[in-house]
Amino acid sequence: FVKMSFNLVQSLDSHQDRVWCVSWNPKGNLLASCSSDRTIKIWGKEGGIWICKSSFADQHNRTVRSVSWSPCGNFLAAASFDATVSIWDRRNGEFECIATLEGHENEVKSVAWSCSGNYLATCSRDKSVWIWQTEEEEYECASVLSKHTQDVKAVVWHPNIDIVASCSYDDTINLYKEDDDDWVCFDSLAGHTSTVWSISFNKSGDRIVSSSDDKTLKIWQSYEPKNMEGIKVKQNSSCWKCICTLAGYHLRPIYSVDWNHQNDLIASCSADDSIKIFKQDDAECFDKRNEPVFNLVGNLEKAHLQDINCLKWNPKDSSILASCSDDMSIKIWNFSL
Amino acid sequence: AIIKMSGLQNANPEIYESVGDRIVTDEEKNEEVYDCFDAREIFDLIRYINDPEHPLTLEQLNVVEEKNIQIDDTQNSLQVYFTPTIPHCSMATLIGLSIRVLLLRSLPSRFKVDVMISPGTHVSETAVNKQLADKERVAAALENIHLLNVINQCLKMC
Repeated sequence: FVKMSFNLVQSLDSHQDRVWCVSWNPKGNLLASCSSDRTIKIWGKEGGIWICKSSFADQHNRTVRSVSWSPCGNFLAAASFDATVSIWDRRNGEFECIATLEGHENEVKSVAWSCSGNYLATCSRDKSVWIWQTEEEEYECASVLSKHTQDVKAVVWHPNIDIVASCSYDDTINLYKEDDDDWVCFDSLAGHTSTVWSISFNKSGDRIVSSSDDKTLKIWQSYEPKNMEGIKVKQNSSCWKCICTLAGYHLRPIYSVDWNHQNDLIASCSADDSIKIFKQDDAECFDKRNEPVFNLVGNLEKAHLQDINCLKWNPKDSSILASCSDDMSIKIWNFSL
Repeated sequence: AIIKMSGLQNANPEIYESVGDRIVTDEEKNEEVYDCFDAREIFDLIRYINDPEHPLTLEQLNVVEEKNIQIDDTQNSLQVYFTPTIPHCSMATLIGLSIRVLLLRSLPSRFKVDVMISPGTHVSETAVNKQLADKERVAAALENIHLLNVINQCLKMC
């Protein structure tokens, strides 16, 4: 077991109900959070202490489920059970709601911005994924993707190209890309035996880690056309295979997973109230590309008093991790190996 | 929608006898001894839940029974299995949701509660169990005022 330390930096306690999601801005100096208390809060450091800098209570009349920053850091999107997504602009110093995206039939579960900043993806209990094109503060629906057969839980974009992944109550992960002016699903990843709650790409975007209600994490590898392994690939597409399953670590559903783009560590959190950190074994005896081995290098039991819903690595300081819980708190952690 | 309201599912359900009151032991009366939650205590919480379509309790319909409750207070774990009166009962999700909401309101938040159908007693067992275990869908359902009113009716005398 590698020696590691987990220190609580601060607990942020002003939400009045379960906190569903946290999201760092690209600079890593602001954290957005959202809750069943229907508010969106922005947290920043002042005098070495994290404080709530803004709180928005009037935009959504139901749970706010997901928040996401644009890659430029100027915009924040928030998805709500009220079937809408709000877009916030902070260029004038204050956050101002500049648009409301409507179209989903019911609860919006997740929202995410593409790396180019040109697209926004949303997904809903209505089983669809919507791609929105953004141009000069106008948001237009570019595609409605109905490949999933159940409630879609999360959408996440590839870190470098305009590919988006979604995961669902139908136990699968779908991957979409633009093809001749339309968006198409080019691969569907089956293997989990229950709801897939969360997905995260590694830094180069050739791997995905997924977390599920089946209490496992899975690592998926992309195989490009003419790959060395001879894996058959559809024309001009990548094909994804599960190359590792991490089972037996979490005792209850795993609600969130995040792949650290600076040090390659994977963090996961669960309804078992724990946070776990995994690291790939770099020993030469393993086929590191096709059959990698991941070891548990950090384990924090009772990180929160109740289910942990989301966690995110700070994009600039790889030792900082934020988590949020049904216990209404957000916690900032310092993790080091 | 999480439930479908329709005509009576089971027009003539079998009615079972209630169990008596819990006998309180001297040890339980001792305020200085920590009193763990036990199956009987959980049963006493949920036995008076009303059936959505009959003026009867879940105990009277044998939907809930003490023997189908597993609790480990030290591990904060609780599993409640309930038995729909008929294998096609479309009220199964609503009944499970009522049990879940009552336990949510009554028990300390440290408990991890699983509400499931007794194995082999419902045609859609897996689908109903998955729905009841999905706390996000449960949370969304409980923001629906109409549904919340129906559940509160089921919980009225509890």
